[in-house]
Amino acid sequence: MSLLGYDFVQNAILAGVIIAIVAGLVGRFVVLRNMSFAVHGIAEVGFTGTAAAVFFGFDAVLGLLAGALLASIGIGTLGVRLRDRDVAIGSVLAFGLGLGVLFLTLDSRYASQAFSILFGTITGVRRQDVILLLVLGLATVAALAAISRPLTFASVDPEVAEARGVPVRLLSIGFLLILAIAVAEAIQVVGVLLVLTLLITPAASAQKLSVRPLVATLLAVAIALACTMGGILLGLFTPYPTSFFVATLSFAVYLLSRALGPLLAGRERALAPPSR
Amino acid sequence: MSELAIRIENSTLMLGERLIWADLSLALKAGDFLAVIGPNGAGKTSLLKVLLGMRLASGIVEVLGRTPRRGDVRIGYVPQRGELDQDVPLRARDLVALGVDGTRWGFGRGGADTRRRVEEALTAVGARALADVAVGRLSGGEQQRLRIAQALVGDPRLLLCDEPLLSLDLHHQREVVDLLQGWSERTGGTVVFVTHDINPVLAFTDRVLAVAGGRWAQGTPDEVLTTAAMTELYGSQVDVLRVHGRVLVVAEAMEPLGDHHGHAHEPVVRPRP
Repeated sequence: MSLLGYDFVQNAILAGVIIAIVAGLVGRFVVLRNMSFAVHGIAEVGFTGTAAAVFFGFDAVLGLLAGALLASIGIGTLGVRLRDRDVAIGSVLAFGLGLGVLFLTLDSRYASQAFSILFGTITGVRRQDVILLLVLGLATVAALAAISRPLTFASVDPEVAEARGVPVRLLSIGFLLILAIAVAEAIQVVGVLLVLTLLITPAASAQKLSVRPLVATLLAVAIALACTMGGILLGLFTPYPTSFFVATLSFAVYLLSRALGPLLAGRERALAPPSR
Repeated sequence: MSELAIRIENSTLMLGERLIWADLSLALKAGDFLAVIGPNGAGKTSLLKVLLGMRLASGIVEVLGRTPRRGDVRIGYVPQRGELDQDVPLRARDLVALGVDGTRWGFGRGGADTRRRVEEALTAVGARALADVAVGRLSGGEQQRLRIAQALVGDPRLLLCDEPLLSLDLHHQREVVDLLQGWSERTGGTVVFVTHDINPVLAFTDRVLAVAGGRWAQGTPDEVLTTAAMTELYGSQVDVLRVHGRVLVVAEAMEPLGDHHGHAHEPVVRPRP
């Protein structure tokens, strides 16, 4: 494998592994809390952050992170209740994109970079980016592990959780921040427009395949890893873009689990004797 | 036990501009079964929120000897709601386990002790066989039993149930009621049972609190479920009939008050973050 000798290939694979693990873990809660639209909104404002950073001469990745974090804080503050949330996301997203277009017009150098942020450039990841991804990834996973039980409680059963003393509101904002970092990471592989392919599809597929929380979580990570690695390798050996392959692979897995899921779930239900 | 499970004295609750109750006084001994009745929006759920420390009422309110506060492990809560989402990626045992460690931060999974308590709670509600089934695939009655198991697994001394019989058929209503009464008898635990129909729990209700239009009446079932008391509470002629051991509350020119379809003019406010 002479390809592995190249720095950019090593960086791409390392980044892919880190991002897939983070996306699989965070994705479980994205699906559980039904937050696909929030993911999309955070990603688009991440785009604005990148555009602003490039325009003002800062590091693009830092701009991306700042944009994503600001978006998640905005969504968390504006949309406290579920019904307000989608409206808040829509408003934040639209404003963010508007700003992005402005920066794009102000600086023509930015056009090609915009394309790579929108659709992903895993092969453009530098070693210093990998280190940043690793540090952020570890922090995200640690934070998620620390709050996973109360977050599950608050997601499934907010009313009882609140009565039992779980800080539902705080967890909601905490998770948005975790999500912002995960989105910023995933954008490096698949780009702004395709983040859902890593942050939703693997976890949604895993959930169809097993109802056991631990098994489903591990499956989500495994699926995200397989799709990312498969996408990167196919991207290296063909002239077609990595994000296309990642999205296609994860969609294929999703269709497969939708087909297989009812069979497996039916078996689980059948194993239990009827309740009466 | 001499300690009162619930002590409310001269308490007033306003929701915005609306008076829910004024000067409410209520004392509940440990082991008592209190049925809270009244039309929708009269403040039945608000009473539970006050007892849970999620809403503030004036006057003296004490639960198990303390001012109500969120997260009191001695209180189990079975909320009012429809069925759980079909896609909830949890098994029955996971849902019940949240009653033990759902508030706990940090790494690691529930240990052997958690597992044992969950099994016990599942067995107590007759749902042992459902332990590994996805909650979304269970019927309304099965889910309701799981919610009770989740409330009981923390070994509470007071159980607050908000319309736990809603949308259950008669058979399942019976099952849930027997379950709660059995628990109360076995452990000496106190039950506050919010319901629009008192009949399923009439046989072992120690006290009744009726709330309607900012007014209230309380006492033993024989004291409260009378034509005189109900007429005073509603401020218009209300007849209470006893037929075959069941109570029928009939108001003139109204649908029967026991019917929850009748009084939907004030929706119950349920915050869902």
